[in-house]
Amino acid sequence: MLTLSGIKKRFGPTVALDGVALELRPGRVHALIGENGAGKTTLMNIAVGALVPDAGTMSLQGDRYAPASPLDARRAGVALIHQELSLCSHLTVAENILMGQEPTRRGLLDWDQCRRRAADVLEQFHHAELRPDRRVGDLPIAARQVVEICRAIVSNASVVLMDEPTSSLPRADVDRLFAMVRRLRSHGVSSVYISHFLEELREVAEDFTVLRDGRSVLSGELASTTDAELIAAMVGRSVEDVFPRRDRAAPGDVLLEVEHVAAPPAVSDASFAVRRGEVLGIAGLVGAGRTEMLRVLVGLDRAAAGRVRVRGAEIRTGAARPWEVLARGIGFLSEDRTHEGLTLRLSVADNITCTRYGSCARYGWIARSEQARQAEQQMRALGVRARGPAQPVRTLSGGNQQKVALARLRHQSADIWLLDEPTKGIDIGSKVQIYEAIGEAASEGKGIVMVSSYLPELFGMCDRLAVMSRGRLSPVRPIAEWTPERVLEAAIGS
Amino acid sequence: MRLGPFLGLAAVILFFTLLSDSPANYLSMRNFRIVSAQTVIVALGAIGMTMIIVSGGIDLSVGSVIALTGVVTATTLRAGWSPLPALVAGVVIGGLVGVVNGLVVTRLKVLPFIATLGMLGIARGVAKWLADQQTVNVPDTWVNELAVTFPDPAWLLVAPGVWVALLLAVVAALVLGNTVFGRRVFAIGSNEAAARACGVATDRLKVWIYGLAGLLFGLSGVMQMSRLRQGDPTVAIGSELDVIAAVVIGGGSLSGGEGSILGSMIGALIMAFLRNGSQQMGWPTFVQEIMIGVIIVLAVAADGLRRSRATQ
Repeated sequence: MLTLSGIKKRFGPTVALDGVALELRPGRVHALIGENGAGKTTLMNIAVGALVPDAGTMSLQGDRYAPASPLDARRAGVALIHQELSLCSHLTVAENILMGQEPTRRGLLDWDQCRRRAADVLEQFHHAELRPDRRVGDLPIAARQVVEICRAIVSNASVVLMDEPTSSLPRADVDRLFAMVRRLRSHGVSSVYISHFLEELREVAEDFTVLRDGRSVLSGELASTTDAELIAAMVGRSVEDVFPRRDRAAPGDVLLEVEHVAAPPAVSDASFAVRRGEVLGIAGLVGAGRTEMLRVLVGLDRAAAGRVRVRGAEIRTGAARPWEVLARGIGFLSEDRTHEGLTLRLSVADNITCTRYGSCARYGWIARSEQARQAEQQMRALGVRARGPAQPVRTLSGGNQQKVALARLRHQSADIWLLDEPTKGIDIGSKVQIYEAIGEAASEGKGIVMVSSYLPELFGMCDRLAVMSRGRLSPVRPIAEWTPERVLEAAIGS
Repeated sequence: MRLGPFLGLAAVILFFTLLSDSPANYLSMRNFRIVSAQTVIVALGAIGMTMIIVSGGIDLSVGSVIALTGVVTATTLRAGWSPLPALVAGVVIGGLVGVVNGLVVTRLKVLPFIATLGMLGIARGVAKWLADQQTVNVPDTWVNELAVTFPDPAWLLVAPGVWVALLLAVVAALVLGNTVFGRRVFAIGSNEAAARACGVATDRLKVWIYGLAGLLFGLSGVMQMSRLRQGDPTVAIGSELDVIAAVVIGGGSLSGGEGSILGSMIGALIMAFLRNGSQQMGWPTFVQEIMIGVIIVLAVAADGLRRSRATQ
């Protein structure tokens, strides 16, 4: 169907792609696997004409294929569904689906045909309830994803490229998306599917190609390849054990006590305690109130009821004063890395030291060399790949950005770490480094609360676990008393 | 279309009617003629500015462009051109300035705020240069009658310029709502990256938007000249802020994707009625300035509150 060979692309001094081959067979779903920064998104942008390769050839159904723009690619039947939702929220569903190829009659937009064509596609994919006249901004995220996919196929695309379409979706919507991908396949459409989640890829894809450092290093059929082989190809070394082994010594004093905290409507009742040296996991569905609970503990939102004690001293939860909470030794890692977790335009050094500038400043004057030294120390400890402490965080890959965010907690020397989805959307290599840092912090006597939607990581990292369901936190139990099935049962709240 | 701007307009009119010693006078056709003639210049500018703001841009050069195009029309009239070509010359120069703004934004990748801030200085300077730093007197032609308070023939009811502005507002509203061009203006204001990924030629579109808006600013300049009956290179300083205020009071969002011609027209009328009302009350101009300032902030704050309620 679509064949890429010998694709090369460099941006200034950086080699993004250094010889990539990929063969997409007709009516198949092809998984494109690789760490962040391996070149997956660059490759997709080339396939869809947004970038021009420096070398290499592409062919579509046997013919030479060299799109000069996304419009060219669409005309040829190749469509890309973007990593970030790329819809115009002020416009209607129909306008978004037909954007770039709006039907006209006598110079005016043909609204009837617009609605009809949009409704046709929506119905074809069993989403007739999504009315073409709805404003996209009023739709839930999952419905927007449907609009995005319909836009890709309205032009009768024969090849659909999907760049991490599930990174912001809860599980139920992931299932719906997969059903859609299968329906596309049954209509004879071939897809390339990019995701970090191997389990997910196995559900939906047949073939795969692994990218590493801009090269295609392994390809074949997923059914005959093990996860270990895939991971080894991705990171270039075999990851014996993704999760660090640590001595689970008896936990020490209680660091953080939470009693019947409520912050309606998201959080109705949460109680737990964290001791020195332990990792407490919090599982639950997206939207169960886990993030909101952490935000209350950090003082970003107000609590309506309940008590929170840090090392025995009560903190005011009704006041929402994050600076006071941080000063008590609580460190917070937001799940929203780009908006809340980091200031992307500032340097790595500023991001790492900003919660404790005092360590490198006198009378408000920051000693740049001391700041750089402290930042470099943290960068080494976490293996942050950057040119130096002065590099803007914006220019780092997702995994490295997350390491910078965690480095800030280390630099803050917070005793209590509240981590919200600490490995969301990052590559396996970075995940391993973040797991190591968390394990090390626990061994040093810190108390860690880890919210995650990824069960293997909760089971791999935590000493004890609680499950949040519709705002209520279950009792905390040792990890050995949980199984994935029990967690799921508690999360659904049956 | 939201009700907010309409309520605001009604409130302003009611306010002055109640305060006025002679409500009948304030609500008379005569006074409406005065207000509408005063609104023409800002209203024409606001039509163009609505397109620009909906597309996520901004144009700070409007006041200077009004002065420049007024001077151009006046100079050409004085040089013996007949009225129509002179008027067209002013409008076309406005369009050219807009195209230059669009090219600077798209080719040189300068933010619209900065690009048009530069043009604010350039156009004003050129206007003074062209006019030799003096006002330019013009012969008596029908151009001078475009924005008069009492039109001749009387059956026109309001100045010809008011009818022109009204017609252009209707056309612009139709274009924004019902043409591919108009919907793409909304699309790039809402999410430019998405529009580009869908094959919309965003750069060319922006040049068109600034160019079309420039034509309207040019016409606005001709109206300004018509009211003064001379080309004045120092006129309309700060007008761009009135024009932007009209769009914003009418529901336009400076982050793009939102705004309507009808709203902007109401916004322009709100400001005109405020000015007119306080003049009639004999209040000093600083009172108008304070009131308009308060209204801008309240209008946007009310809109923000309404929106956050809607999302809850």
